[in-house]
Amino acid sequence: MKAAPFEYQRAATLPQALAALANAGEEAMIIAGGQTLVPMMAMRFARPALLVDIHGLTDLQVIEDIGDMVRIGGTTRQADCLASPIIAERVPLLAKALPLIGHQQTRNRGTVGGSVAHGDPAAEIPLIAVALDAEIVLRKQSGERSVASGRFYDGPMSSIREPDECLTEIRFPVWTKQGSGGGRVGCDFEEVSERRGDFAVVAAAVQLKLDQGGACERAAVAVGGAAGTPVRASAAETVLIGQRLDDQTIAAAAATIDDAIDPADDSHASAGYRRRVARKLVARTIAGAAAEAFRATP
Amino acid sequence: MSDHGGSNYHHVSRKRRVKEDKRFVMGAGNFVQDVNLANIKHMAVLASPYARANILSIDAEAALALDGVHGVLTGSELAANTSPLYGGLNTPEVKWRPLAFEMTRYAGEWVGAVVADSRALAEDALELIEVEYEPLPAIVDPEDAMQPGAPLVHPGHGSNILYRNTFTWGPVAEDFAAADRTVSFRARWSRSSTVPIETFGVVAQWHEGTETMEVWASIQMPNYAEQLANALRVPLNSIKVNHDIDVGGSYGVKRGIKHTVLAGYLSRKLGFPVRFIEDRLDNMAGSDAHGPDRIFDTEVAFTAEGIIRSLKIRALDDAGAYPGRGPFQLGKPIAAIVGPYRINSVEYEAISVTSNKAGQVPVRGFGQAPTNFMIETAVDKVARALGMDRLEIRRRNFIGADEFPYEIPSGTKYDSGDYATVLDKVLELAAYDDLVARRDRLRQEGRLAGIGVGTCLEPGGGNNMFEYLMNPAAEITTFMEGCMVRVDSQGQITGTMGTTTSGQGHETMMATILGEELERDPDGIRVIHADSLAGLPTRSPVASRMAIMLGGAAAGAAAKIKAQLLQIASHNLGAPEPELEYAGGDISVRSEPERKLTWRELCFIAHSQYHKLPDGFEPGLQAIHTWQVPRGGQLPDAEDRVQLYPCFSFQAHLPLVEIDPDTGRVTILEYYIAHDCGTTINPDIVRGMIIGGVAHGVGAALYEKFAYASDGQFLSATFVDYLIPSVHEIPYVSDTEHCTPSPLTSHGQKGSGEGGYLGAPAAIASAVNDALAPRGLVIHTIPMRMAIIEELLNGNDPS
Amino acid sequence: MNKVEINLTLNGETRSASAEPRTTLLDFLRDDLGGTGTHMGCEHGVCGACTILLDGVPVRACLIFAVQCEGLKITTVEGLLDADGRPGDLQEAFREAHGLQCGYCTPGMLVSAHALLARDPDPSDEAIREAIGGNLCRCTGYAQIIDAIRLAAANRSSMS
Repeated sequence: MKAAPFEYQRAATLPQALAALANAGEEAMIIAGGQTLVPMMAMRFARPALLVDIHGLTDLQVIEDIGDMVRIGGTTRQADCLASPIIAERVPLLAKALPLIGHQQTRNRGTVGGSVAHGDPAAEIPLIAVALDAEIVLRKQSGERSVASGRFYDGPMSSIREPDECLTEIRFPVWTKQGSGGGRVGCDFEEVSERRGDFAVVAAAVQLKLDQGGACERAAVAVGGAAGTPVRASAAETVLIGQRLDDQTIAAAAATIDDAIDPADDSHASAGYRRRVARKLVARTIAGAAAEAFRATP
Repeated sequence: MSDHGGSNYHHVSRKRRVKEDKRFVMGAGNFVQDVNLANIKHMAVLASPYARANILSIDAEAALALDGVHGVLTGSELAANTSPLYGGLNTPEVKWRPLAFEMTRYAGEWVGAVVADSRALAEDALELIEVEYEPLPAIVDPEDAMQPGAPLVHPGHGSNILYRNTFTWGPVAEDFAAADRTVSFRARWSRSSTVPIETFGVVAQWHEGTETMEVWASIQMPNYAEQLANALRVPLNSIKVNHDIDVGGSYGVKRGIKHTVLAGYLSRKLGFPVRFIEDRLDNMAGSDAHGPDRIFDTEVAFTAEGIIRSLKIRALDDAGAYPGRGPFQLGKPIAAIVGPYRINSVEYEAISVTSNKAGQVPVRGFGQAPTNFMIETAVDKVARALGMDRLEIRRRNFIGADEFPYEIPSGTKYDSGDYATVLDKVLELAAYDDLVARRDRLRQEGRLAGIGVGTCLEPGGGNNMFEYLMNPAAEITTFMEGCMVRVDSQGQITGTMGTTTSGQGHETMMATILGEELERDPDGIRVIHADSLAGLPTRSPVASRMAIMLGGAAAGAAAKIKAQLLQIASHNLGAPEPELEYAGGDISVRSEPERKLTWRELCFIAHSQYHKLPDGFEPGLQAIHTWQVPRGGQLPDAEDRVQLYPCFSFQAHLPLVEIDPDTGRVTILEYYIAHDCGTTINPDIVRGMIIGGVAHGVGAALYEKFAYASDGQFLSATFVDYLIPSVHEIPYVSDTEHCTPSPLTSHGQKGSGEGGYLGAPAAIASAVNDALAPRGLVIHTIPMRMAIIEELLNGNDPS
Repeated sequence: MNKVEINLTLNGETRSASAEPRTTLLDFLRDDLGGTGTHMGCEHGVCGACTILLDGVPVRACLIFAVQCEGLKITTVEGLLDADGRPGDLQEAFREAHGLQCGYCTPGMLVSAHALLARDPDPSDEAIREAIGGNLCRCTGYAQIIDAIRLAAANRSSMS
């Protein structure tokens, strides 16, 4: 299990990295934390001719609260996010998912940008990004574009990122306003995996905002591991909005999941398992998020 | 609190640091991957992508042309120059070779090997080898394999059935006819293995000057050097296996005979040392290191009072493409075919079939874990059929503490035991009433919770009689272990063992026994591992046997040393031996304690003062003792009744589990175990192996499976797909001991390396079934992965 | 093959050697710097046998190319020895509690435990489990490893 030979270039600056990518075209791959890429290379599923290393780009190691968004630089370590009070307070849904990503050894090295760029349909951070409508910032030599996470993925481990583009930043919308009474927000994340730290077989992420009367004002529901990409469950959100979140409403929302997902069989579980469990996890996480929102101080 | 036994001992059963641990915590172990030799080259292997295919051609030209590549080996060259590997059954047309010859028989089988300057370069070269295959339909399911017209894995053998025999011990028909009730069931033990964190590795170096093949390997197997000599067609005394290699876990499977033949052949051919360290993919897919893969169909006859009278068992085992010694794992459990129960008669049909899956290797317990799972399932089913408590049914059927030695229907005598007391101890440890209350509280909260009971035997000490039982051409009755003890001129003791260690603490165990017998401090006793040429008769650390067998050999060698010292003392003190007293190594005249020779003086005389030695005394101070396994050495009688293994340890397992009804995920909340392995030599070592065995059993019960698709593609080649439990999946196991000494061993010790594993799957299955009982569901298939349980809860048939 | 020179600090010593870019840090430590205490278990980032500290935090050496470690500080199991080259206190606690058997996962386990105690001198059981959750052990069932880490923490707190 040794990688095929490659050339290595460490980028000292982002422009250097972008230039290297522009020159090498599809032969190049970006490495940041490498926690997914290195084993793929060791098994020779991935065999770039050139590896452009951006892990040292400290400009991209940033967690910043910019008001209605929290921006996380592409090479920010998962462990740094887990330790960040900004993320804990402002993007609590992400904070709930982070401890379930791999193990401390991989979180210490793995990056948020790498996970989002790789796009495993069962991975936690892409799911949270899709759930919260995060914006994904892609940069290449000729300029920058920002893509809504809902449009970013086009298949399993596949996205609309061009080979010469570097994912520089993810911007997570913030649902709470610091210091203001903007309604009650709650969130919940749950995944099923055979062992702790494994990729999820199925995962669900929910964030809700309740109005003063306790009805659902805003909802984000997404499911991972149940299709080729993380799935945003818009129909479930529609069921929830404007309603008080009783068992019946939650069940009705969860019942819409079947049409949103397209799971496959693998050696861990059947498609049918994923369907049934996705529905249950969605119900559980809606209930969990609602309970948290009720506990929150308006 | 705990009863280790041997309270009269100074060193045995006492807390003592484990000698081996110091080098390991320093990162200074001597593992095969740490062996580095001048001019060493690296080997990699090419895996077949097909489960079954004819090999039409292999073109290695481009690979050989790569700079730094020294050789490419294919199956035809190897077959022309080496002999097939050892196969245990009498199946001459089932030929196991290190590289596929003419035909591949499973996905992942090795079809070629490359030697290059580095492992990475060797892998580059593998990609350049062009193999033309003709894919053929594969046979994956063992029951399909038995059907007429099934594709033949080994066409020359003429059938996929490797072995089939029905043993009948005792009046089975009469017992069934007389029984009030019967139940029957099918239980499925799926293919898993021990999967050590260290893969198998070997370095082989042919020394032309001495015509010796020197081998360093992470090996744990009997007769390795012999099998190597046979395959390579060289004299046994030209094979030198270095046994001072630390083995990074084995639990039965580190049997890289085919790896070693490859590295050895290539070293001799190419003229430099060749290193082959399996990577994880090589190891999982192609190492021929998978364990039993077994379907049991069992019928139990019992009385209305819950007395189990008789068992009819059909065990169908899928040995994969290359059975090796694997099928004997159907034979060893005959040692304890009735478990700890007073069952009058047994019919046992054992069937071994071959299929297009990786070959089978001996796994911890040598087939006893699946058999125990089946026996305990049977007992639980009887309890359920009668509405009887699972503890009560066991108490009614346990062999009594006053019945030993107890001969079971298949002819084996159990040496000693007190099963009811050990069961009581685990109930006390768990505060059983509280545990039941906790389960019931969980149930009241709407959760699925269950308590499991597993009361299982661990046969220990080995003896090879299952081989003769299944293949009478193999008339082998010797199962020995040797130990040499040298005391040097300064009085320091060095013990020599003839095999490797893979975590069981043999150096500590042997030093403890030598220290006990010679009354010297075990911490000052060195233990070394002789190589196979310098070494001692050994059958290696299989069969939970080293405390019994190496311990017994060490005690015997120590006795010989002591006898020599007494001879010297008697000669020099002028007193007959019966009047002498040995204390701490010094010898004095009992009636005149001032007439005394110290240990140092005695050792100096032995080595350096010939004039003070008795006539005919050989200078120096050393002794070899080779011990044959107790109660071993007899062939079976006409009814196939035979003593299999001498010593029988016992464990009572008691887990509490919870099942998430939405996801099917099983969580072990608490786990209690009481174990009786006779006298413990080192309590920390025993505790570690027992709890480690439980964890391994948790893996087999809930997580681990080598899965194949219906076309034979292998689905479990990585640690992402083959699920070894982490600390998150294993609760902190609470354990307690009981000691029923074995009358057959030097200090009353029995085996302890397998017992945790031999009972945990049974106990966890019992717990899961207890949790499912309120829903009227049962499962007798392991691993009980969450998706399978969930299917069951949803009314689907997971099989 | 094109090799590149790699300079890093290993257990406090400046070390350099040349290796192909495709060489993992694990292979570089073992094959090029002679640090055989760090072990190879799976090479795909699951088993944790190759756990080392990179700039003070535990990572898997099989998931990093050595060339990425230019100028970085690495601590391996050999770096946990005391100044005289004898087992350090954590290593002694593993001996005392017999927190190992075959010794193969032990270096990675020790490094993970070392990092835990450095940031959390009095860890809860849950913290201990979290810290070693990425280190697979096939021998022990983890109980005596947990005992060993508890013992090391208790010994340190009674010393201070």
